[in-house]
Amino acid sequence: MIDIALWIALALFCAAVALNFYRVVIGPSLPDRILAVDTMYMNSIALIVLFGIWLNGKNYFEAALLIAMLGFVSTVAVCKYLLRGDIIE
Amino acid sequence: MLDSILEGVIAFMLVAGGAFAFIGSLGLTHLKDFYMRLHGPSKTTTLGVGCTLIGSLIYFSLREGPVVQEFLITIFAFITTPVSAHMLAKSALHHKLEPDPRTRGRPMELENERPKHTIEEAPQGKSPLP
Repeated sequence: MIDIALWIALALFCAAVALNFYRVVIGPSLPDRILAVDTMYMNSIALIVLFGIWLNGKNYFEAALLIAMLGFVSTVAVCKYLLRGDIIE
Repeated sequence: MLDSILEGVIAFMLVAGGAFAFIGSLGLTHLKDFYMRLHGPSKTTTLGVGCTLIGSLIYFSLREGPVVQEFLITIFAFITTPVSAHMLAKSALHHKLEPDPRTRGRPMELENERPKHTIEEAPQGKSPLP
């Protein structure tokens, strides 16, 4: 039962990443693209966790944690750059 | 017996997480302006990723004893997503992105950018689809 659910979830997350990439390409403004990249890294965290379930390995969560932290910091840094024209004042 | 019930719970969590994330990305693609688009990823995708991580937590706890690392990622995602959504909304208001006429609320930053037509005159806005 877990195998079928795993494949369904992998297909749904891959479709979600494809939709986010579509928004990155056509996004009319800069915050749209930042939002799409933000969503894309959230989906990639889930993809890595599903990959860890598939391969039965426990060490993949470290990559997911790293992606979460770096993605959050980069999103806030780019938003700060858009707001103030500078990251650290 | 308990194992099969927990397997069902894990499968439900994985499928629900995938469905939530897909619906969030669908909203990101199909909604009309940035202020609507901000809703999909910041609520729905976070819930989907949280569901998937909880499913993974139950799976590895069932196999090799209790683990807490996935719970850390879940808490981190649930804390940081509102912060990044707030920053994105602030930067969008700073850039004065034009709202769709159907978007409710008139923030002070967009007072000069008020749309010329009301929702009764143009119920579809600028969007070609209903």
